[in-house]
Amino acid sequence: MANVLINAPKTAKRGEVIEIKALILHPMETGFRPGTNGSIIARNIIERFTATWNGDEIFRIDLSPAIAANPFVSFFAVATDSGTVGLRWSGDEGFQVEESIAITVE
Amino acid sequence: MDRRRFLAGTATITLLPFASAWATPESMAAAIRRIVGAAAVRRGRVTLDLPPLIENGNTVPLVVSVESPMTAADHIKAIHVFNEKNPQPNVFSARLGPRNGRAVVGTRIKLGDSQTIVAIAETSSGEFWSAGADVIVTLAACLEEAS
Repeated sequence: MANVLINAPKTAKRGEVIEIKALILHPMETGFRPGTNGSIIARNIIERFTATWNGDEIFRIDLSPAIAANPFVSFFAVATDSGTVGLRWSGDEGFQVEESIAITVE
Repeated sequence: MDRRRFLAGTATITLLPFASAWATPESMAAAIRRIVGAAAVRRGRVTLDLPPLIENGNTVPLVVSVESPMTAADHIKAIHVFNEKNPQPNVFSARLGPRNGRAVVGTRIKLGDSQTIVAIAETSSGEFWSAGADVIVTLAACLEEAS
């Protein structure tokens, strides 16, 4: 349902620092722009993106209207143990998307 | 009233209503104060990577990296980014910890005008480090809906 692109290695060595990149389809409407009818288009943004590793939160970012449409976020994580990395986006108008990827740590 | 004074007067009238609606260097300073409180913000340790000349303000790649061992005892707790001239001074606030391994955050931002971008990193010991970057924007983030 959700249009999400996640880029992360499938396997990693224990203790290795890996980069996780995530992109989601979203207009990130600022709430400052007039529409074609002249009235302001209501704000509709993703306010928060969080990442968990086997359920423990490892990264969180609060976004503002200054983030470009289709928000892209990249961050690093230490590969501690095999499991799932959960990514969650939440925002205006009840926007809520969760995705997870599996990572094998050798 | 001579012509010059009349023109100067109309210019002030037309500019005033917009001036207050946008972030200014002062409102950026106030937003930074809200985050750092009374603590001193020092320059250094932070690298703010974004193109100096931007053709399209709608998507500007930005990477903030901070020198830190990222251990439990000494790591970067948070990275904040601010701007001067978008409608609001805040861009993003990221929370990090030793599980990140490297204090690097990348994203893409919108820029409404040529301005100075500031990144501030908070260490686990409560110090604040910063970096600034001047950017020139030739096409601002679009202000109107495409018709």
